[in-house]
Amino acid sequence: MAEKEPDRSSQTGRWADTRYMLHLFRQNPIVLAGTLISAASVIIALISGLLVSSTYWNHITPSASLCWNNQLIDWHISNVYNCGGPVYPLGTDLYGRGLLQMIIVAIPVDLQIAFEVVASAMIIGIVLGGVAAYMGGAVDEIILRVTDIFLAVPGILLAIVLLVVLGRTIPILTTAVLITWWPFYVRLARSQVLSEKEKLYVERLRATGAGGARILFRHIIPNTIYPLLIQGTLDIGAVILTVSALMFIGLTPDPKYPELGNLAKQGIQYIFTAPWLILFPGLTLLIISVGFNLLGDGIRDVFDPRLRR
Amino acid sequence: MTLKKEEGPILNISDLRVTFHTYAGDVKALNGVDLTVRKGEVLGLVGESGCGKSVTSLAVAGLLPRNAEFVGGTITLAGADILKMSREQIRLRRLTDLAMVFQDPMTYLNPVLTIGSQILEIITQEPQLFTSTLVRHRLEEIQSEGKEGPALAAERERLLSMSRTGKAGRREVNRLARHYVISILRKVRLPNPAKVLDMYPFELSGGMRQRVMIAMALVRRPKLLLADEITTALDVTVQAQILQLLRELRNEIDASIILITHDLAVVAEVCDRVAVMYAGNIVELADVDELYSNPLHPYSKGLLASIPRVDEVRTQQVSIGGSVPNLLFPPSGCRFHPRCPMAFGKCSQVKPPLVEVKPGHLVACLLYEE
Repeated sequence: MAEKEPDRSSQTGRWADTRYMLHLFRQNPIVLAGTLISAASVIIALISGLLVSSTYWNHITPSASLCWNNQLIDWHISNVYNCGGPVYPLGTDLYGRGLLQMIIVAIPVDLQIAFEVVASAMIIGIVLGGVAAYMGGAVDEIILRVTDIFLAVPGILLAIVLLVVLGRTIPILTTAVLITWWPFYVRLARSQVLSEKEKLYVERLRATGAGGARILFRHIIPNTIYPLLIQGTLDIGAVILTVSALMFIGLTPDPKYPELGNLAKQGIQYIFTAPWLILFPGLTLLIISVGFNLLGDGIRDVFDPRLRR
Repeated sequence: MTLKKEEGPILNISDLRVTFHTYAGDVKALNGVDLTVRKGEVLGLVGESGCGKSVTSLAVAGLLPRNAEFVGGTITLAGADILKMSREQIRLRRLTDLAMVFQDPMTYLNPVLTIGSQILEIITQEPQLFTSTLVRHRLEEIQSEGKEGPALAAERERLLSMSRTGKAGRREVNRLARHYVISILRKVRLPNPAKVLDMYPFELSGGMRQRVMIAMALVRRPKLLLADEITTALDVTVQAQILQLLRELRNEIDASIILITHDLAVVAEVCDRVAVMYAGNIVELADVDELYSNPLHPYSKGLLASIPRVDEVRTQQVSIGGSVPNLLFPPSGCRFHPRCPMAFGKCSQVKPPLVEVKPGHLVACLLYEE
């Protein structure tokens, strides 16, 4: 036997993979930053219920409205109140709720909508796009034309119309954003599958008697998933921005609703008297969406085994 | 190698005609191919690029692209006509009776799945077809290990009841399949098979990958193995190892092999009989020794004359004049006649049939017509 087995006696396959991934993470500060920011926001979202009661947003304390008692930052604004009582690190809003607490309550709301939209769009995209590309012919044509119809209508406008007509609730908001979002994934998945299905291993699979569904979903899709995952990660930031934008123009279930865009909207009226009200929700939005964008950029370098060599 | 003539053929192709409909026109790729593969033999299929070797094997496997059309002929594999089967029947047939090994082992493996999951999948996608094989293999394994113990005895009980009922749980199938696949990988002389199962294709060398591909074919205990240029993408030393492996395996496995190649040396090394193809026809079919010592068809003669020899000094490479015909507009009559040094008037009008001129030596050439 002339072939020598690669020396991997000190490490088994999976563990070596993981170690190599960690190594790549450390090598790349931008990916690391993106990962830390997105991980932190997800963790805050997960434990937000422990930090702040989920009904906190519905409490009104008129006596504490528009307070700033954080001694570390001086705004030099003459008419800022300094309320007694508990310290509010980021001040309070019009309803007397601590802004920090509101942001902590708002992060899971935004992230949940974003994850729901992106995950559903990705599943729809993979199934429809994959089937369209794999089957080709009339099926391909029909699916593509349907996506064209959805793409022809401007996305934000469609979402606004749906929200206004059907009612301003969170499930309808999620659905409305999803409806404007899924066609991109169909196109992306279709283009990936189209090129992948010509690969020779697909022919080999057919020669080993594998059925169409197995070839598509077990072999082709895992080979094409990376561009979709990257797009998905990038889109989490984009969906959060879209949702906030819709909330910002007033399509909220409730003016007091804890959502970053809505918090900013409530704050913009007091931009001179209470600038923290728009500054901190806006910053949070910026950091989260930049974090997911950086993560999306770096995720391929780290996870795609084909780029390892 | 003595041929067992009394056994029926495993594969019988008669007058197979395949046409590809393309934008430029109809490509008449196969023009009446007649071929018989006997049980247990290794048949070499040689010819230059584009002569229809691969199309023939793809047709047998039912894997021709959509623009291909069967114009005529029959393909009988183990007694059943493939061209009359439904797609699902052909799929099951590919899973059991028929196996293919392809040219370039890198591109024929899925890069993102481990070797193990790709081989095991062949079994687990239709486990009922393999249960008896798996159970029998594990029983033999327990037997040969010669160990005794309550755990092994219990396992044997379980296996026996499984083979009686023919039913096996998913996890049990996976476990048995793993044992079975490891033994097959050992059979194709892969070092450290249990570890190879957890590796990705890019971690293996070309030769190891080709061994994996052969293992994938053997797992199914096929009756017919189609080996399509399996040594082309490998370097010469690895080629020799793979051919050596093939020679060793042909005695162990109970399968006929069609070895498709354009390398005449490979044919001489492993085959029992050779079929020479030219432009969609079988032009000569004979035992290896007979063909090499006494080629009859002018094309085979030219092909053999063009092999460089160690014991000769040549200043110029001998070749067959002209080039392969464009199959959009194939030559009339015998498709070789424009390049044939011995062509005469009738050659451009009559398509020569494949006739037996000597026992076991068939030629399609008007020179040998009585």
